[in-house]
Amino acid sequence: MNKRPSRASRRSFLAKATGAGAASLLAPAARVLAAGPVGSSGALGFAELPDGALAEQALYALPGKVPLIKKTFRPPNFETPVEYFRTAVTPNKAFFVRYHLAGIPQVGAKEWSLSVGGESAERELKLGLAQLKSEFKPAQVTAVCQCSGNRRGLFEPHVTGVEWGVGAMGNAVWRGVRLKDVLAKAGVKAGALEVVFDGADHPALEKTPDFVKSLPLEVALDDNTLVAFEMNGAPLPHWNGFPARLIVPGWTGTYWVKHLASVKVVSQPEKNFWMSAAYRLPKGRFKTPSFQSQVAAANEPITSMVVNSLITSLRSGQQIARGKPLEVKGVAWDGGAGIARVEVTTDSGATWQPAQLGRDLGRFSFREFSLSAPTRSPGSTVVMARATSTSGETQVEQLIHNPAGYHHNVVQRIYVEIV
Amino acid sequence: MRTVLVIGAMLFAGAAAAQESKVVLKDGPGRDKAQACVACHSLDYIQMNSRFLDKAGWTASINKMINAFGAPIEKADVEAIAAYLAANYGAVPAGK
Repeated sequence: MNKRPSRASRRSFLAKATGAGAASLLAPAARVLAAGPVGSSGALGFAELPDGALAEQALYALPGKVPLIKKTFRPPNFETPVEYFRTAVTPNKAFFVRYHLAGIPQVGAKEWSLSVGGESAERELKLGLAQLKSEFKPAQVTAVCQCSGNRRGLFEPHVTGVEWGVGAMGNAVWRGVRLKDVLAKAGVKAGALEVVFDGADHPALEKTPDFVKSLPLEVALDDNTLVAFEMNGAPLPHWNGFPARLIVPGWTGTYWVKHLASVKVVSQPEKNFWMSAAYRLPKGRFKTPSFQSQVAAANEPITSMVVNSLITSLRSGQQIARGKPLEVKGVAWDGGAGIARVEVTTDSGATWQPAQLGRDLGRFSFREFSLSAPTRSPGSTVVMARATSTSGETQVEQLIHNPAGYHHNVVQRIYVEIV
Repeated sequence: MRTVLVIGAMLFAGAAAAQESKVVLKDGPGRDKAQACVACHSLDYIQMNSRFLDKAGWTASINKMINAFGAPIEKADVEAIAAYLAANYGAVPAGK
Protein backbone atom coordinates (compact mmCIF):
# COMPACT_ATOMS: atom_id res chain seq x y z
CA MET A 1 0.00 0.00 0.00
CA ASN A 2 2.75 2.43 -0.91
CA LYS A 3 0.76 4.15 -3.63
CA ARG A 4 -0.74 7.41 -2.45
CA PRO A 5 -2.64 8.81 -5.40
CA SER A 6 -3.15 12.56 -5.45
CA ARG A 7 -6.66 13.89 -5.06
CA ALA A 8 -6.86 14.35 -8.83
CA SER A 9 -5.76 10.82 -9.66
CA ARG A 10 -8.04 9.44 -6.97
CA ARG A 11 -10.87 11.34 -8.59
CA SER A 12 -9.96 9.89 -11.95
CA PHE A 13 -9.81 6.31 -10.77
CA LEU A 14 -12.93 6.63 -8.70
CA ALA A 15 -14.65 7.92 -11.83
CA LYS A 16 -13.29 4.96 -13.75
CA ALA A 17 -14.30 2.58 -11.02
CA THR A 18 -17.83 3.78 -10.60
CA GLY A 19 -18.72 5.55 -13.81
CA ALA A 20 -18.50 9.23 -14.60
CA GLY A 21 -21.68 10.01 -12.70
CA ALA A 22 -20.03 9.24 -9.39
CA ALA A 23 -17.29 11.81 -9.87
CA SER A 24 -19.30 14.47 -8.07
CA LEU A 25 -19.63 12.26 -5.00
CA LEU A 26 -16.06 12.68 -3.85
CA ALA A 27 -14.23 12.60 -0.57
CA PRO A 28 -16.21 15.22 1.41
CA ALA A 29 -19.30 13.09 0.81
CA ALA A 30 -17.51 9.81 1.47
CA ARG A 31 -19.85 8.82 4.28
CA VAL A 32 -22.89 9.46 2.13
CA LEU A 33 -21.29 7.49 -0.66
CA ALA A 34 -20.49 4.64 1.70
CA ALA A 35 -24.13 4.42 2.71
CA GLY A 36 -25.34 5.17 -0.80
CA PRO A 37 -28.83 5.13 -2.22
CA VAL A 38 -30.68 1.76 -2.20
CA GLY A 39 -29.02 -0.72 -4.52
CA SER A 40 -26.40 1.68 -5.88
CA SER A 41 -23.89 -0.24 -7.97
CA GLY A 42 -21.51 2.72 -7.85
CA ALA A 43 -21.29 2.23 -4.10
CA LEU A 44 -20.09 -1.32 -4.78
CA GLY A 45 -17.32 -0.21 -7.11
CA PHE A 46 -19.09 -0.67 -10.42
CA ALA A 47 -20.48 1.64 -13.08
CA GLU A 48 -23.68 3.20 -11.75
CA LEU A 49 -27.22 2.15 -12.72
CA PRO A 50 -29.18 4.45 -15.04
CA ASP A 51 -30.18 7.49 -12.94
CA GLY A 52 -33.89 6.76 -13.47
CA ALA A 53 -33.46 3.20 -12.21
CA LEU A 54 -31.59 4.37 -9.13
CA ALA A 55 -34.23 7.01 -8.36
CA GLU A 56 -37.16 4.62 -8.86
CA GLN A 57 -35.99 1.63 -6.83
CA ALA A 58 -36.65 1.22 -3.12
CA LEU A 59 -36.83 -1.54 -0.54
CA TYR A 60 -40.19 -3.30 -0.57
CA ALA A 61 -41.32 -6.60 0.98
CA LEU A 62 -43.45 -8.94 -1.10
CA PRO A 63 -45.62 -11.34 0.96
CA GLY A 64 -43.28 -13.91 2.50
CA LYS A 65 -40.13 -11.98 1.63
CA VAL A 66 -37.88 -9.57 3.52
CA PRO A 67 -37.56 -6.10 1.97
CA LEU A 68 -35.81 -6.51 -1.38
CA ILE A 69 -34.78 -3.93 -3.96
CA LYS A 70 -37.91 -3.29 -6.02
CA LYS A 71 -37.08 -2.85 -9.68
CA THR A 72 -40.64 -3.24 -11.03
CA PHE A 73 -43.96 -4.14 -9.39
CA ARG A 74 -45.68 -5.90 -12.32
CA PRO A 75 -44.39 -8.29 -13.42
CA PRO A 76 -42.52 -8.41 -10.09
CA ASN A 77 -38.77 -7.99 -10.34
CA PHE A 78 -36.99 -7.73 -7.01
CA GLU A 79 -33.28 -7.85 -6.31
CA THR A 80 -31.44 -9.26 -3.29
CA PRO A 81 -29.49 -6.62 -1.29
CA VAL A 82 -25.75 -7.29 -1.14
CA GLU A 83 -25.66 -8.07 2.60
CA TYR A 84 -27.45 -11.39 1.97
CA PHE A 85 -24.45 -12.58 -0.06
CA ARG A 86 -22.22 -12.55 3.02
CA THR A 87 -23.02 -16.23 3.45
CA ALA A 88 -22.68 -18.89 0.77
CA VAL A 89 -26.35 -19.91 0.94
CA THR A 90 -28.97 -17.24 0.24
CA PRO A 91 -32.02 -17.32 2.58
CA ASN A 92 -35.33 -18.12 0.86
CA LYS A 93 -36.91 -14.94 2.20
CA ALA A 94 -34.18 -12.84 0.59
CA PHE A 95 -33.93 -14.74 -2.71
CA PHE A 96 -34.46 -12.53 -5.78
CA VAL A 97 -37.72 -12.56 -7.74
CA ARG A 98 -37.91 -12.37 -11.51
CA TYR A 99 -40.96 -12.75 -13.80
CA HIS A 100 -41.53 -11.94 -17.47
CA LEU A 101 -45.31 -12.11 -17.41
CA ALA A 102 -47.81 -10.51 -15.05
CA GLY A 103 -50.18 -13.48 -14.74
CA ILE A 104 -48.79 -15.35 -11.74
CA PRO A 105 -51.18 -17.92 -10.29
CA GLN A 106 -50.92 -19.02 -6.71
CA VAL A 107 -50.63 -22.71 -7.39
CA GLY A 108 -51.98 -25.12 -4.77
CA ALA A 109 -49.82 -28.15 -3.87
CA LYS A 110 -52.75 -30.59 -3.99
CA GLU A 111 -54.13 -29.34 -7.29
CA TRP A 112 -50.74 -29.12 -9.00
CA SER A 113 -49.64 -31.76 -11.47
CA LEU A 114 -46.86 -32.05 -13.99
CA SER A 115 -47.72 -33.13 -17.54
CA VAL A 116 -44.98 -35.06 -19.31
CA GLY A 117 -45.21 -35.92 -22.99
CA GLY A 118 -44.37 -34.53 -26.43
CA GLU A 119 -44.02 -36.21 -29.82
CA SER A 120 -40.67 -37.75 -28.84
CA ALA A 121 -41.97 -39.30 -25.61
CA GLU A 122 -43.20 -42.89 -25.61
CA ARG A 123 -46.16 -42.09 -23.35
CA GLU A 124 -47.87 -39.26 -21.53
CA LEU A 125 -47.72 -38.90 -17.75
CA LYS A 126 -49.51 -36.73 -15.26
CA LEU A 127 -47.67 -36.62 -11.95
CA GLY A 128 -48.93 -35.09 -8.73
CA LEU A 129 -46.57 -33.72 -6.09
CA ALA A 130 -46.96 -36.72 -3.75
CA GLN A 131 -46.38 -39.09 -6.67
CA LEU A 132 -43.29 -37.19 -7.75
CA LYS A 133 -41.91 -37.45 -4.21
CA SER A 134 -42.77 -41.13 -3.69
CA GLU A 135 -42.09 -42.68 -7.10
CA PHE A 136 -38.68 -41.16 -7.84
CA LYS A 137 -35.37 -41.19 -6.04
CA PRO A 138 -34.66 -37.91 -4.24
CA ALA A 139 -31.82 -35.77 -5.54
CA GLN A 140 -30.18 -32.61 -4.24
CA VAL A 141 -27.77 -29.99 -5.53
CA THR A 142 -26.39 -26.70 -4.21
CA ALA A 143 -26.47 -24.31 -7.13
CA VAL A 144 -26.44 -20.64 -8.07
CA CYS A 145 -29.52 -19.33 -9.83
CA GLN A 146 -28.51 -16.15 -11.62
CA CYS A 147 -30.60 -14.13 -14.03
CA SER A 148 -28.94 -13.84 -17.46
CA GLY A 149 -29.25 -10.08 -17.11
CA ASN A 150 -27.78 -9.77 -13.62
CA ARG A 151 -25.70 -6.53 -13.62
CA ARG A 152 -27.37 -5.30 -16.85
CA GLY A 153 -27.76 -1.88 -15.20
CA LEU A 154 -23.95 -1.64 -14.98
CA PHE A 155 -23.53 -1.72 -18.75
CA GLU A 156 -21.89 1.30 -20.36
CA PRO A 157 -23.46 2.41 -22.59
CA HIS A 158 -26.73 1.37 -20.91
CA VAL A 159 -29.01 -1.15 -22.61
CA THR A 160 -32.77 -1.58 -22.13
CA GLY A 161 -34.35 -4.22 -19.92
CA VAL A 162 -34.67 -4.76 -16.19
CA GLU A 163 -31.79 -2.62 -14.92
CA TRP A 164 -30.44 -5.13 -12.45
CA GLY A 165 -27.65 -4.32 -10.05
CA VAL A 166 -25.63 -7.19 -8.56
CA GLY A 167 -28.44 -9.04 -6.78
CA ALA A 168 -30.41 -10.91 -9.46
CA MET A 169 -28.84 -14.09 -8.16
CA GLY A 170 -28.83 -16.45 -5.22
CA ASN A 171 -27.42 -19.78 -4.10
CA ALA A 172 -29.57 -22.49 -2.56
CA VAL A 173 -29.74 -26.18 -1.75
CA TRP A 174 -32.35 -27.49 -4.19
CA ARG A 175 -34.04 -30.79 -3.51
CA GLY A 176 -36.35 -32.74 -5.76
CA VAL A 177 -36.06 -35.49 -8.32
CA ARG A 178 -33.90 -35.93 -11.41
CA LEU A 179 -35.57 -34.83 -14.62
CA LYS A 180 -33.88 -37.76 -16.37
CA ASP A 181 -35.73 -40.21 -14.09
CA VAL A 182 -39.05 -38.55 -14.96
CA LEU A 183 -38.18 -38.62 -18.67
CA ALA A 184 -37.15 -42.29 -18.41
CA LYS A 185 -40.60 -43.09 -17.03
CA ALA A 186 -42.19 -41.35 -20.02
CA GLY A 187 -39.68 -42.96 -22.39
CA VAL A 188 -37.50 -40.91 -24.76
CA LYS A 189 -37.74 -41.91 -28.42
CA ALA A 190 -34.82 -41.92 -30.85
CA GLY A 191 -34.74 -38.57 -32.65
CA ALA A 192 -35.53 -36.52 -29.54
CA LEU A 193 -33.72 -33.18 -29.80
CA GLU A 194 -34.92 -30.76 -27.12
CA VAL A 195 -37.06 -30.81 -24.00
CA VAL A 196 -39.58 -27.95 -23.72
CA PHE A 197 -40.78 -26.47 -20.41
CA ASP A 198 -43.83 -24.38 -19.58
CA GLY A 199 -44.74 -22.88 -16.23
CA ALA A 200 -48.13 -21.85 -14.86
CA ASP A 201 -47.44 -18.13 -15.28
CA HIS A 202 -49.11 -16.48 -18.25
CA PRO A 203 -49.21 -13.17 -20.09
CA ALA A 204 -51.70 -10.37 -19.43
CA LEU A 205 -52.73 -10.40 -23.10
CA GLU A 206 -53.50 -13.34 -25.39
CA LYS A 207 -51.13 -11.93 -28.03
CA THR A 208 -48.08 -11.93 -25.76
CA PRO A 209 -45.97 -15.07 -26.18
CA ASP A 210 -46.23 -17.39 -23.18
CA PHE A 211 -42.92 -17.95 -21.37
CA VAL A 212 -41.72 -21.31 -22.68
CA LYS A 213 -38.10 -22.49 -22.67
CA SER A 214 -36.25 -25.50 -24.03
CA LEU A 215 -33.02 -27.31 -23.21
CA PRO A 216 -30.82 -29.57 -25.35
CA LEU A 217 -31.73 -33.21 -24.63
CA GLU A 218 -28.30 -33.91 -23.11
CA VAL A 219 -28.71 -31.07 -20.60
CA ALA A 220 -32.22 -32.26 -19.70
CA LEU A 221 -30.79 -35.74 -19.10
CA ASP A 222 -27.87 -34.49 -17.00
CA ASP A 223 -27.72 -35.96 -13.48
CA ASN A 224 -27.82 -32.45 -11.98
CA THR A 225 -30.93 -31.23 -13.77
CA LEU A 226 -33.78 -31.47 -11.27
CA VAL A 227 -37.47 -30.90 -10.82
CA ALA A 228 -37.14 -29.32 -7.37
CA PHE A 229 -39.83 -28.78 -4.77
CA GLU A 230 -37.59 -27.77 -1.85
CA MET A 231 -35.21 -24.89 -1.38
CA ASN A 232 -32.89 -24.80 1.63
CA GLY A 233 -34.97 -27.48 3.38
CA ALA A 234 -38.33 -25.74 2.96
CA PRO A 235 -40.99 -25.82 0.24
CA LEU A 236 -40.21 -23.41 -2.60
CA PRO A 237 -41.49 -19.90 -1.83
CA HIS A 238 -44.38 -18.82 -4.08
CA TRP A 239 -42.18 -16.16 -5.74
CA ASN A 240 -39.50 -18.73 -6.53
CA GLY A 241 -41.74 -21.24 -8.28
CA PHE A 242 -43.94 -23.13 -5.79
CA PRO A 243 -44.66 -26.00 -5.87
CA ALA A 244 -41.97 -27.18 -8.32
CA ARG A 245 -39.43 -25.61 -10.62
CA LEU A 246 -36.70 -26.67 -12.96
CA ILE A 247 -33.10 -26.54 -11.69
CA VAL A 248 -30.40 -26.35 -14.37
CA PRO A 249 -27.12 -26.00 -12.45
CA GLY A 250 -24.52 -23.92 -14.27
CA TRP A 251 -27.02 -22.48 -16.77
CA THR A 252 -28.52 -19.01 -16.40
CA GLY A 253 -31.84 -18.52 -14.60
CA THR A 254 -33.92 -18.15 -17.76
CA TYR A 255 -33.99 -21.95 -18.08
CA TRP A 256 -35.04 -22.54 -14.47
CA VAL A 257 -38.78 -22.51 -15.27
CA LYS A 258 -40.91 -21.75 -12.19
CA HIS A 259 -44.34 -23.24 -11.30
CA LEU A 260 -43.39 -26.00 -13.74
CA ALA A 261 -46.52 -27.36 -15.43
CA SER A 262 -45.46 -29.23 -18.54
CA VAL A 263 -42.43 -31.02 -19.96
CA LYS A 264 -42.40 -32.07 -23.63
CA VAL A 265 -39.78 -34.10 -25.45
CA VAL A 266 -39.61 -32.89 -29.04
CA SER A 267 -37.71 -33.62 -32.25
CA GLN A 268 -37.62 -30.05 -33.62
CA PRO A 269 -36.09 -26.85 -32.19
CA GLU A 270 -38.55 -24.87 -30.05
CA LYS A 271 -39.22 -21.66 -31.99
CA ASN A 272 -41.22 -19.37 -29.66
CA PHE A 273 -40.12 -15.77 -28.98
CA TRP A 274 -38.37 -16.61 -25.68
CA MET A 275 -36.08 -19.08 -27.45
CA SER A 276 -35.63 -17.65 -30.94
CA ALA A 277 -35.49 -13.90 -30.21
CA ALA A 278 -34.90 -13.33 -26.50
CA TYR A 279 -31.91 -14.46 -24.44
CA ARG A 280 -29.55 -14.30 -27.42
CA LEU A 281 -25.82 -13.50 -27.49
CA PRO A 282 -23.77 -12.33 -30.46
CA LYS A 283 -22.12 -15.44 -31.88
CA GLY A 284 -18.60 -16.29 -30.78
CA ARG A 285 -18.13 -13.52 -28.19
CA PHE A 286 -18.27 -15.81 -25.16
CA LYS A 287 -16.62 -19.18 -24.56
CA THR A 288 -19.72 -20.75 -23.04
CA PRO A 289 -21.15 -24.05 -24.39
CA SER A 290 -23.21 -23.91 -27.56
CA PHE A 291 -26.90 -24.84 -27.69
CA GLN A 292 -26.44 -26.36 -31.13
CA SER A 293 -30.04 -26.81 -32.29
CA GLN A 294 -30.82 -23.14 -31.49
CA VAL A 295 -27.82 -21.45 -33.15
CA ALA A 296 -28.87 -18.84 -35.77
CA ALA A 297 -26.85 -16.95 -38.38
CA ALA A 298 -26.12 -13.91 -36.23
CA ASN A 299 -26.66 -15.05 -32.67
CA GLU A 300 -27.08 -17.97 -30.31
CA PRO A 301 -28.85 -18.61 -27.02
CA ILE A 302 -27.21 -17.79 -23.73
CA THR A 303 -26.27 -21.04 -21.94
CA SER A 304 -24.09 -21.32 -18.85
CA MET A 305 -22.87 -18.57 -16.54
CA VAL A 306 -19.46 -16.94 -16.87
CA VAL A 307 -17.02 -16.89 -13.94
CA ASN A 308 -17.68 -14.06 -11.52
CA SER A 309 -17.21 -12.76 -7.97
CA LEU A 310 -18.67 -10.19 -5.63
CA ILE A 311 -16.94 -8.43 -2.72
CA THR A 312 -19.53 -8.09 0.05
CA SER A 313 -17.50 -6.65 2.94
CA LEU A 314 -16.63 -3.21 1.57
CA ARG A 315 -18.34 -0.19 0.05
CA SER A 316 -16.68 2.19 -2.35
CA GLY A 317 -15.72 5.39 -0.57
CA GLN A 318 -15.42 3.60 2.76
CA GLN A 319 -12.88 4.94 5.24
CA ILE A 320 -10.81 2.47 7.24
CA ALA A 321 -8.73 3.46 10.23
CA ARG A 322 -5.02 2.87 9.65
CA GLY A 323 -3.80 -0.12 11.61
CA LYS A 324 -7.11 -1.93 11.26
CA PRO A 325 -6.97 -4.79 8.78
CA LEU A 326 -8.65 -4.44 5.41
CA GLU A 327 -11.06 -7.39 5.36
CA VAL A 328 -11.94 -8.46 1.84
CA LYS A 329 -14.71 -11.05 1.79
CA GLY A 330 -17.15 -12.22 -0.81
CA VAL A 331 -18.42 -15.02 -3.00
CA ALA A 332 -17.30 -16.44 -6.36
CA TRP A 333 -19.09 -18.73 -8.82
CA ASP A 334 -19.07 -19.91 -12.42
CA GLY A 335 -20.97 -22.09 -14.87
CA GLY A 336 -20.16 -25.39 -13.20
CA ALA A 337 -16.41 -25.98 -13.54
CA GLY A 338 -16.00 -24.79 -9.96
CA ILE A 339 -13.84 -22.01 -8.53
CA ALA A 340 -10.09 -22.72 -8.62
CA ARG A 341 -8.90 -19.48 -7.02
CA VAL A 342 -9.78 -15.90 -6.18
CA GLU A 343 -7.00 -13.35 -6.26
CA VAL A 344 -7.33 -10.07 -4.39
CA THR A 345 -5.46 -6.81 -4.68
CA THR A 346 -5.55 -4.11 -2.00
CA ASP A 347 -2.98 -1.86 -3.71
CA SER A 348 -4.85 -0.84 -6.86
CA GLY A 349 -3.59 -3.83 -8.82
CA ALA A 350 0.15 -3.56 -8.11
CA THR A 351 0.15 -6.95 -6.40
CA TRP A 352 -2.40 -9.76 -6.25
CA GLN A 353 -2.63 -12.35 -3.49
CA PRO A 354 -4.61 -15.57 -3.36
CA ALA A 355 -7.65 -15.30 -1.07
CA GLN A 356 -8.55 -18.12 1.26
CA LEU A 357 -11.45 -20.15 -0.12
CA GLY A 358 -14.34 -21.20 2.10
CA ARG A 359 -15.95 -24.62 2.32
CA ASP A 360 -16.52 -26.34 -1.02
CA LEU A 361 -20.30 -26.82 -1.39
CA GLY A 362 -19.96 -28.27 -4.88
CA ARG A 363 -18.97 -26.94 -8.28
CA PHE A 364 -22.29 -25.16 -8.92
CA SER A 365 -22.35 -23.28 -5.60
CA PHE A 366 -21.15 -19.89 -4.40
CA ARG A 367 -17.67 -20.27 -2.96
CA GLU A 368 -16.80 -17.90 -0.16
CA PHE A 369 -13.42 -16.16 -0.19
CA SER A 370 -11.60 -13.94 2.27
CA LEU A 371 -8.37 -12.06 2.63
CA SER A 372 -7.16 -9.82 5.43
CA ALA A 373 -4.54 -7.19 4.55
CA PRO A 374 -2.75 -4.82 6.94
CA THR A 375 -3.24 -1.07 6.49
CA ARG A 376 0.10 0.53 7.24
CA SER A 377 -0.06 4.00 5.75
CA PRO A 378 -2.84 6.48 5.03
CA GLY A 379 -4.02 7.07 1.50
CA SER A 380 -6.42 5.90 -1.13
CA THR A 381 -6.41 2.55 -2.81
CA VAL A 382 -8.53 0.30 -4.99
CA VAL A 383 -9.54 -3.17 -3.83
CA MET A 384 -10.36 -5.78 -6.48
CA ALA A 385 -11.10 -9.51 -6.58
CA ARG A 386 -10.64 -11.74 -9.60
CA ALA A 387 -12.04 -15.28 -9.72
CA THR A 388 -10.71 -18.08 -11.93
CA SER A 389 -12.55 -21.33 -12.58
CA THR A 390 -11.03 -24.81 -12.70
CA SER A 391 -11.37 -24.62 -16.48
CA GLY A 392 -9.04 -21.59 -16.50
CA GLU A 393 -11.67 -18.94 -17.23
CA THR A 394 -11.02 -15.60 -15.48
CA GLN A 395 -13.12 -12.46 -14.97
CA VAL A 396 -12.64 -9.71 -17.55
CA GLU A 397 -11.13 -6.22 -17.11
CA GLN A 398 -13.26 -4.71 -19.88
CA LEU A 399 -16.96 -5.32 -20.44
CA ILE A 400 -17.88 -7.55 -23.38
CA HIS A 401 -20.78 -5.36 -24.47
CA ASN A 402 -23.78 -7.09 -26.04
CA PRO A 403 -27.21 -5.67 -26.92
CA ALA A 404 -29.26 -7.54 -24.33
CA GLY A 405 -26.88 -6.92 -21.42
CA TYR A 406 -25.79 -10.42 -20.46
CA HIS A 407 -22.67 -11.96 -18.85
CA HIS A 408 -21.34 -8.90 -17.00
CA ASN A 409 -18.31 -10.23 -15.14
CA VAL A 410 -16.09 -7.17 -15.07
CA VAL A 411 -13.73 -7.00 -12.07
CA GLN A 412 -15.17 -4.80 -9.29
CA ARG A 413 -13.10 -1.75 -8.29
CA ILE A 414 -13.76 -0.61 -4.73
CA TYR A 415 -12.18 2.65 -3.69
CA VAL A 416 -11.13 2.65 -0.05
CA GLU A 417 -9.51 5.41 1.96
CA ILE A 418 -7.11 4.54 4.76
CA VAL A 419 -7.24 7.35 7.32
CA MET B 1 -50.26 -21.78 -19.39
CA ARG B 2 -53.72 -20.99 -18.10
CA THR B 3 -54.89 -23.76 -15.80
CA VAL B 4 -57.64 -24.39 -13.31
CA LEU B 5 -55.00 -24.08 -10.62
CA VAL B 6 -55.34 -20.32 -10.54
CA ILE B 7 -56.52 -19.43 -7.05
CA GLY B 8 -56.94 -15.74 -6.43
CA ALA B 9 -53.73 -14.48 -7.99
CA MET B 10 -54.94 -10.90 -7.64
CA LEU B 11 -55.60 -11.37 -3.94
CA PHE B 12 -51.98 -12.37 -3.44
CA ALA B 13 -50.71 -9.44 -5.44
CA GLY B 14 -53.08 -6.97 -3.77
CA ALA B 15 -50.55 -5.10 -1.62
CA ALA B 16 -48.11 -4.74 -4.50
CA ALA B 17 -50.93 -3.47 -6.72
CA ALA B 18 -51.66 -0.74 -4.18
CA GLN B 19 -47.98 0.25 -4.25
CA GLU B 20 -47.95 0.14 -8.03
CA SER B 21 -50.76 2.67 -8.26
CA LYS B 22 -48.39 5.22 -6.68
CA VAL B 23 -46.13 5.00 -9.73
CA VAL B 24 -47.26 7.78 -12.05
CA LEU B 25 -45.93 9.14 -15.32
CA LYS B 26 -44.66 12.71 -15.54
CA ASP B 27 -47.05 15.34 -16.84
CA GLY B 28 -46.65 16.31 -20.47
CA PRO B 29 -48.15 16.06 -23.94
CA GLY B 30 -48.66 12.42 -24.92
CA ARG B 31 -48.90 11.17 -21.34
CA ASP B 32 -52.45 9.86 -21.89
CA LYS B 33 -51.31 7.73 -24.83
CA ALA B 34 -48.23 6.44 -22.96
CA GLN B 35 -50.63 5.29 -20.25
CA ALA B 36 -51.47 2.33 -22.58
CA CYS B 37 -48.25 0.63 -21.38
CA VAL B 38 -49.98 -0.15 -18.08
CA ALA B 39 -52.03 -2.92 -19.77
CA CYS B 40 -49.09 -5.32 -19.46
CA HIS B 41 -46.64 -3.83 -16.97
CA SER B 42 -46.20 -1.30 -14.19
CA LEU B 43 -45.01 2.13 -15.25
CA ASP B 44 -41.81 1.90 -13.20
CA TYR B 45 -40.39 0.05 -16.25
CA ILE B 46 -40.26 3.44 -17.99
CA GLN B 47 -38.53 5.34 -15.22
CA MET B 48 -36.13 2.40 -14.74
CA ASN B 49 -35.02 2.67 -18.38
CA SER B 50 -34.21 6.35 -18.13
CA ARG B 51 -32.47 8.49 -18.98
CA PHE B 52 -30.37 6.98 -21.72
CA LEU B 53 -32.62 6.38 -24.74
CA ASP B 54 -33.13 9.00 -27.45
CA LYS B 55 -36.35 9.21 -29.45
CA ALA B 56 -35.18 6.52 -31.89
CA GLY B 57 -34.36 4.26 -28.93
CA TRP B 58 -37.80 4.77 -27.38
CA THR B 59 -39.43 4.18 -30.78
CA ALA B 60 -37.58 0.85 -31.05
CA SER B 61 -38.77 -0.12 -27.56
CA ILE B 62 -42.40 0.73 -28.35
CA ASN B 63 -42.23 -1.21 -31.63
CA LYS B 64 -40.82 -4.22 -29.78
CA MET B 65 -43.75 -4.04 -27.36
CA ILE B 66 -46.19 -3.98 -30.30
CA ASN B 67 -44.50 -6.51 -32.58
CA ALA B 68 -43.08 -9.03 -30.11
CA PHE B 69 -45.56 -8.71 -27.24
CA GLY B 70 -48.77 -7.58 -28.94
CA ALA B 71 -49.11 -4.32 -26.98
CA PRO B 72 -52.51 -2.68 -27.61
CA ILE B 73 -50.99 0.46 -29.12
CA GLU B 74 -52.18 1.96 -32.42
CA LYS B 75 -49.39 2.46 -34.97
CA ALA B 76 -50.61 6.04 -35.29
CA ASP B 77 -49.81 6.65 -31.59
CA VAL B 78 -46.21 5.45 -31.69
CA GLU B 79 -44.86 8.86 -32.70
CA ALA B 80 -46.66 10.70 -29.91
CA ILE B 81 -45.65 8.17 -27.25
CA ALA B 82 -42.02 8.16 -28.40
CA ALA B 83 -41.96 11.97 -28.33
CA TYR B 84 -43.44 11.96 -24.81
CA LEU B 85 -40.94 9.37 -23.55
CA ALA B 86 -37.97 11.10 -25.20
CA ALA B 87 -38.98 14.44 -23.71
CA ASN B 88 -39.64 13.12 -20.20
CA TYR B 89 -37.50 9.98 -19.92
CA GLY B 90 -35.00 10.46 -22.74
CA ALA B 91 -31.23 10.78 -22.83
CA VAL B 92 -30.00 14.04 -21.39
CA PRO B 93 -28.17 16.00 -24.11
CA ALA B 94 -24.45 16.50 -23.45
CA GLY B 95 -23.67 19.60 -21.42
CA LYS B 96 -26.93 19.66 -19.48
